[in-house]
Formats: sequence, structure tokens, C-alpha cells
Amino acid sequence: MSLAELAAHSGLHRVGARPRFWSYLKQTWERRDFIVTMAEYRLRASVEGNRLGVLWLVLQPAINAAIYGAIFGMLQQDRGGPDFAQRVVIGVFLFQFFSNSLSKGAKSITGNQSLVQSLAFPRLTLPLAETIQNFLALLPSMALLVVVLPIMGHPPTWSWLLMIPILVLFSLFNAGVAMIAARLTVHVRDLTQLLPYISRILFYTSGVLFDVSRIFKTYPWVVRLFDFHPIYQVLQLARHSLMGIELTSTMYWAWFSIWAVATFVVGLLFFWVAEERYGRD
Amino acid sequence: MAEIDATEPRPATGDEATGSQPPVPASEDGRRPVVVVDDLHVKYRIWASGKAVRSGTKSSLLRSAKRGMRVVHALKGVSFVAYENESIGVIGSNGSGKSTLMRAITGLTPPESGAVYASSRPNMLGVGAALIPDLSGERNIRLGGLAMGIARKDIEAMRDEIVEFAELQDFIDLPMRTYSSGMQARLKFSIATVRDHEILIVDEALAVGDRRFRKRSEDRIRAIRDNAGTVFLVSHSMGSIRDTCSRVIWLNKGELVMDGPTDEVVSAYEESRK
Repeated sequence: MSLAELAAHSGLHRVGARPRFWSYLKQTWERRDFIVTMAEYRLRASVEGNRLGVLWLVLQPAINAAIYGAIFGMLQQDRGGPDFAQRVVIGVFLFQFFSNSLSKGAKSITGNQSLVQSLAFPRLTLPLAETIQNFLALLPSMALLVVVLPIMGHPPTWSWLLMIPILVLFSLFNAGVAMIAARLTVHVRDLTQLLPYISRILFYTSGVLFDVSRIFKTYPWVVRLFDFHPIYQVLQLARHSLMGIELTSTMYWAWFSIWAVATFVVGLLFFWVAEERYGRD
Repeated sequence: MAEIDATEPRPATGDEATGSQPPVPASEDGRRPVVVVDDLHVKYRIWASGKAVRSGTKSSLLRSAKRGMRVVHALKGVSFVAYENESIGVIGSNGSGKSTLMRAITGLTPPESGAVYASSRPNMLGVGAALIPDLSGERNIRLGGLAMGIARKDIEAMRDEIVEFAELQDFIDLPMRTYSSGMQARLKFSIATVRDHEILIVDEALAVGDRRFRKRSEDRIRAIRDNAGTVFLVSHSMGSIRDTCSRVIWLNKGELVMDGPTDEVVSAYEESRK
């Protein structure tokens, strides 16, 4: 009897074998308390050392939006379009949720190497916790919007409630992005050097600071192309629900739902396939 | 070898360790195997220039940009069987593959070839990496417990026991970074051992804390073992090994040198290091 036969005979299982997809999801779901607690505590730890503490979660995006708004407002003059400031504030706040999920999600395995090498749990918890941490960091700035928008001339309406499904879809999308980036970074560390540039390119090409339909007025096909841009879609949907801007296509809800669900599912599968790989080196 | 009833510990030669038919332990006494390590190889691949520093050669950026893959063969065909209720010491010099073997047993480091089989997933006393120094001991107890897979309500129930064992009643609401290294080690050990483990791996954890805490943690390890658990203890302290373990595995350069009763293996090991 070989050792493998002895193991089988004694009812032992191979350690570290990748579970089937459904039981992997189930194991991850059983760790939901861990995911949320880790997200919350890490967010707390990241700001609590500062004198102003949690207030920085509002101040940091606000300062960001103010700087970008001021510079690009001046550069574009009247080409910025109506309600330029409001558009930029919403755009900058929401884009930050995406870019943080991308850049921090990419490091969620490689940056937690000692944790990955000392405790056994579905590694999926790490990019998910990172996404939830970024989601929690977004909430104070969303609260700031609720205060600031009425001052800027957009009193609350029932359509503000549409932000709930928008943020749910956006979170799915970002979680998918984080999972894909996390695995890619495990294979190619160099990606972390490249990601800041990718993130910045996306920032300038997602209509955060520009009114796409105005700038590309003479190139309607470019505007049409933007109708399929997931980040542009979610920014427009948010501006639609909060400021009542017109959507160029009524299909935005459908398109972005497809983007979000597809990215999330592809991310899950892509991440799960390499589960056994994450402890190495 | 793996025949732990053997009175004579035999040195494992490379042939035996990598042979196609590893000797199978007799378990006539009916003890249940809980961990089977079958011809385990682990390799680390490291991207690095890996060039030895030579005097006289120009070291330019261009030269060091020529990077290659270094392969470190950390475990070279280790086989053994661990039974329930055993506490096994793992000894060897630094870099002999002890920690790699333990990580492979927990499934955290994937094997290159061979396999580890276990009745349940072995746990490492390594909750420390999940904790956040900026947070209070209180919150870290909750986070560490969740990281180990304990349900939230069970952690609340175990909280007092953890604090008491770590003797941190007065400091539990302070950030963990303000603790001394001994206090941190006590907290980590208390969290990690609060739950009964069927198969537990203790990697050098007993080397921390003062004498009194070391005594208490050794007692706790013994209690876990008596609770029908199997314990692996990695240590450089032959005192701890002799006090806690009934069997010892000696590794050197990724190979199993000797496997047998504590006294004989430890004596042989100490002899070899003279």
C-alpha cells in the first residue's frame, strides 16, 4: 500500500486542493463577517491615526474635486457646459471608487503575502474586502453630495434613490475589476508600476472632467462610442439621477447592468481558477 | 522512518525518501493517520539577478537588468505519516525547510510534486498577519477570530478567555502597536489557541514571552494535544521539544534525516552540531 492509498483508505483529503466553483463561493459567503470586518477595520486604521480622523474621508475627495474643478473649469471656460462644477464633483467622487478598486485591488494578494501564507481561507475574500473598503470610503463623500447639491441648485428628488441600484452595479463592476487585477498582479508584479498610468488615462477618457457630447460635437461617432464606455455610463447614470441631465441613450441602464454583471462573473471565474497559485513565492 | 513504533530510528536516505514505494507504517495498534505527507517536493521560483557580488567587476544598471529565475528546491521528497494524538517536533538548522514543510502541510504553499493528505485542514498558529497594529486589542481579537473562521457570536463568547490568558485586561482597549513585543505575542498566541484544533502547527511560537507565559503556553499546547489533536511544533529550543513532543522529525537541506522518538533524534541532532 502506497502512502496515497493509505491516505485514501483512511479518508484523508488532499490539502490545498482548489474547491469546486460553487463550494468556493459558499466558503467565501461563510466568510462574509470577516470580509466586512476587515474592510471596516482597515479603513478605520487608515484614517484614525490622523488628527481629523474620519473627516479625511470627506476632505480628501472634496479637495480633489475642488482642484480638478478649478483647473479644468478655467481651461475650458464656457466649453465646460452647464452645471460644470456639479458634474465634476459627481465624476471625481465616483471615479475614485473605481480607481481605488483597481489600484488597491491589484495589490490585494501581493500586498497581503504574509496573511496569505499563514492562514487558510478563500483568497477571494481579499479583493472583495478591498472593494468593500473602497465602497465604505465612498459613503462619506456621497453624504457630502446630499448636502452640496441642493446648495448648488439641485434640490433632492425621488430620482436620487436611483443611486442605490447604481452603486450596487458599480460595486459589482469594481469588485470584478479588483479580482481580475489581483490575479494579474500575482503573475506579473510589474503591473503595479503600470496601473497608475492606466488609471490616469481612464480618468481623462471617461468624461469625468469633460462634457463628451459637447467636446466631440463634430464627431458624433465618438459620442456614440462613449455610449459603450462602462465608466462613462455609470457617471452619466449618476448625473442623470442626481442632476436630471439627459442621457444620450436610454439603453444606459441595460448596458451598464450587463457590464457590471459580466465583469463580476468573469472576475470570479478568473480569480478562482488560480486559487492554488496564490500561496506560492 | 515513518514507523514510529520502531525502537531504532533509521536515517532516511535519499533513495528511500524518493522511492516509488515508500515504506508504509504499520498501524496494527489501530491509530488513525491524520496527516500523510507523500514524497513532497516544494520549489520556490524567485525572480532575481541572483548574481554573486564579485569584486572588480563593474556593476552597472545594464548588467543587473539581466534578470533570471532562481529556483530554490526547498523540500526534496519528504514522506511521513502523523497519527492522531501525536505531538511531533520538527527540528533542523535555519533554512532546512521546516517552515516550508509546515506551510505545505497547511496547504498554503503548493507542492511541486507529491501531496499532503489530511483529515481536516491543518491550522498554523499564524493569526498575527491578520491583525492591524493601529487597532485596539479588543478589535484585533474580533478580526483575528474571524480570520481563523470562527463565527462572530462564538468570538464574543471566547473574548474574556482570550484576554485573560493573554493577561491584557488593563490594556485591551489600547492600540496593539503600543504593546510590547511580548504582549503582542501573548495576544496572538491566545487568539490562535482559543479554539480546539484537530491538527495544529506551532512555528517557533513558544520562543516568545517571559518564562511564566512560556510555561503556560506549553501547558496549553499539551492540552490541545490531549483533546485528540495532533500538534506539530517547530522550534530551535530542544528544551521545548523534549518537554512537549513524543516524536521528532529532523530536516536538513530539504531532506528528512531522521524520524523517531524524541530522545534519540534530539540526541543525534545535538551530536551532529557539536
